[in-house]
Amino acid sequence: MLAIDRVESRLPDLKPALTEAQARAEAARCLFCHDAPCIAACPTAIDIPMFIRQIHSGNPVGAARTIFEANPLGHSCARVCPVEVLCVGECVYNAKGEPPIMIGRLQRLATDHVVHAGIQLFEAAAPTGRAIACVGGGPASLACAHELVRLGHRAVIYEKGSWPGGLNTDGVAPYKMHAEESLAEVAWLSEIGIEWRLGVEIGRDVAWADLEREFDAVFLGAGLGPDSALGIEGEDLQGVWGATALIEAIKTGRQVDPASVYSAVVIGGGNTAIDAARELKLLGVPEVRLVYRRGPESMSAYAHEREHATAEGVAFTWRAVPVAFEGNGRLTGVRLTSVDRSCNPVGEPFRVAADLVALAVGQSRLETLLAAIPGGIAHEKGHVVVDEATGRTSNPKYWAGGDLANGGAEVVNAAAEGKRAARGIHAWLAGNGGAR
Amino acid sequence: MRNGNLGNGGPRGNGGPRPGRPVDLSVNCGGIRSPNPFWLASGPPTNTAGQVMRAFDMGWGGAVWKTLGDPITNTASRYGAIDYQGRNVAGFNNIELITDRPLEVNLREIAEVKRRYPGHALVASLMVETREDWRDIIRRTEDTGCDGFELNFGCPHGMCERGMGSAVGQEPRVLEEITGWASEFASIPVLVKLTPNITDILNPAMAAQRGGADGVSLINTIKSVIAVDHDTFSPIPSVAGQGTSGGYCGPAVKPIALHMVTRLGKAEEFRLPVSAIGGIHTWEDALDFLLMGASSLQVCTAAMHYGFRIVQEMTRGLEEWMREKGYARIEEFRGRALPNYEEWGDLDLNYRIVAEIDPALCIGCQLCYAACEDGAHQCIALHAGTRVPRIKQDECVGCNLCQIVCPVEGCITMVEVERGLPKESWNDRVAAGTAGAGGRH
Repeated sequence: MLAIDRVESRLPDLKPALTEAQARAEAARCLFCHDAPCIAACPTAIDIPMFIRQIHSGNPVGAARTIFEANPLGHSCARVCPVEVLCVGECVYNAKGEPPIMIGRLQRLATDHVVHAGIQLFEAAAPTGRAIACVGGGPASLACAHELVRLGHRAVIYEKGSWPGGLNTDGVAPYKMHAEESLAEVAWLSEIGIEWRLGVEIGRDVAWADLEREFDAVFLGAGLGPDSALGIEGEDLQGVWGATALIEAIKTGRQVDPASVYSAVVIGGGNTAIDAARELKLLGVPEVRLVYRRGPESMSAYAHEREHATAEGVAFTWRAVPVAFEGNGRLTGVRLTSVDRSCNPVGEPFRVAADLVALAVGQSRLETLLAAIPGGIAHEKGHVVVDEATGRTSNPKYWAGGDLANGGAEVVNAAAEGKRAARGIHAWLAGNGGAR
Repeated sequence: MRNGNLGNGGPRGNGGPRPGRPVDLSVNCGGIRSPNPFWLASGPPTNTAGQVMRAFDMGWGGAVWKTLGDPITNTASRYGAIDYQGRNVAGFNNIELITDRPLEVNLREIAEVKRRYPGHALVASLMVETREDWRDIIRRTEDTGCDGFELNFGCPHGMCERGMGSAVGQEPRVLEEITGWASEFASIPVLVKLTPNITDILNPAMAAQRGGADGVSLINTIKSVIAVDHDTFSPIPSVAGQGTSGGYCGPAVKPIALHMVTRLGKAEEFRLPVSAIGGIHTWEDALDFLLMGASSLQVCTAAMHYGFRIVQEMTRGLEEWMREKGYARIEEFRGRALPNYEEWGDLDLNYRIVAEIDPALCIGCQLCYAACEDGAHQCIALHAGTRVPRIKQDECVGCNLCQIVCPVEGCITMVEVERGLPKESWNDRVAAGTAGAGGRH
């Protein structure tokens, strides 16, 4: 399905697996806090001190069970969660002036133990005869489908692309997780009976009305649309990429040849911009520059990610925006202008050489997709509005979660929201909702 | 160490700290002298001359040679250990027996070591059966020039089934009789090594005294089953899928040993010097035993775990503490804590302390809350908006548990509450006839 010699394969694992001995030593440090702050910081509320204690007592399978019971995406979250601003950031050791517990890496040890060895921890409950369609093959749908199958429902995931896993497979920075790890997680989760329909786009290959007829409920986990464009001169030059398209190309194929790039410019101030810049740098591009219209204090990217990028040699140009991309068929440079606090141009434009540009200025919303749903669905600028407790949308047959609903957050948020929707659907079905 | 309060308070020694002055660590235990109190206990580390000489070079003051007797056959494996919180060997057990080498070889090596290290204490541990055996082995061993004997009446496995080791130590009459033989035959000091596998250590200790011993060493190991293999269902250590009880030692047993040494230190009728054994791993452990009256100290597990070099931490630590306290010789503080050891009935029931949390140091783990709420007296409260718990000082019973579980040094302190009441113990109340209904409030 994915090429073996993908570009991402050249990138190292920046937080490699702990050995069993390292993990037990680290686990021994955990204080087993009462009402632990790390749990409160986890969107899926994993009982972190408990699974760490289970690792310490030589029970990695039990530790994995504790993790997956709370978070079906525990395997990928162990790698891709920004733990620095979640569980690890809240570890009481920070206040003690000592290194916080390496929670992500301990979690990885436990989930690797079962996923890599193919130890299945869950099974489908007795069939309820109900069926739910999950639209979109990413973390939100996976979490939702896994929980639904565990509750005895049939869950079918529709993915318009040719591989499962969504951004976990084609969007996560490779030095956090390679695509095959996402696919391994998908396979492990799907083992209990999740059905997949790859290469099927709802609204194009299957009509929404038909989907509604076939299924008792629909979960929308379709994420965000393609990279947004700036609408400036030269955006169609060869060498100008959308950032998520670039990352997907690096992760899933060989179209990007880092050796042919000397100078790369990334436009944007979010985590996708940082990811793209770090990936290019770590792939050996000599000059990587991140251009952002405001100062570092305004970046939505995590500070720790920015620090890593700086340490790895990414250069930053603050308070500047591109006005044109230059080249003759192929990109050769970017014309930038400095801007003031209100983002109005100041001074003369200047040029930086570039043979690759990645635009990380946001992703489009799936408003067209939403508009096609019979009866409509309430959303705010493309973000589906859902009930906080159940994940249900304004349309009684639809639930939603993940980036489509939250506008773009972490895998762990998608996992929490997918599971929440599954519980919501289950409660509704148990109350004889959707009876036909 | 926490909550021990060793060495703080109490009068200083001879004229305050002596930061630059030398201190003298030498001891005399029942007539056996050594340059410092640290002896290797009889066991695997004292099996050969090579080991003992290396140990002396490293700084050990003495050694008790691995028990001599009829050579035996050992099993494989022989050791088991308990790991705790990521550290190896919190507790250790073994089913190894006495020496497996011919007596002549051991005696030749003992003589050689004594010749090369005349100033160190070299004690021969012995274990044989009949009066004739004891006479023979004592005469032959004395010829090596060793400084004393230690009668192994403590070993709780293998030898006791043959009527030796703890089989003797658990039977005061037999212990007294054999001690009598040894004292009769020996012209050098005789120590009796006691087993803790009894109800009151004073009984065998008094038997040793009546038998004419010059001192006692305690404790030998405690009968134990260390663990079970969860796949083979064999007790550990496993010998071809089977296991047996072994002798437990290591850091975990120190409090038990310290109690028994204290018991002998407090017993007025018992007058012999004590060589203390049991879980000594650092100078602080060593000091505990000295303060409870021990005259010398024996170490085995720490040397088996870390090698002979570990003694230097112990001697240096003890020296540093002595300099800080102004002591020049161990005799100046030996037994210093014994007067403060009282029976429970003599403790002051009017003394009151309460816990206090320093919010600036608190890291918000709330272990104190969980411990007090679930495991003690429900005297700590949580409040919205902060992770710092609050002690309900009016209700705090001063039990100490919160301070013990707090991971931050100095964050929780126990503060004395002045009540203006004179000392009143349970025994005072019994004497005053107030111990009944009005005894508690």
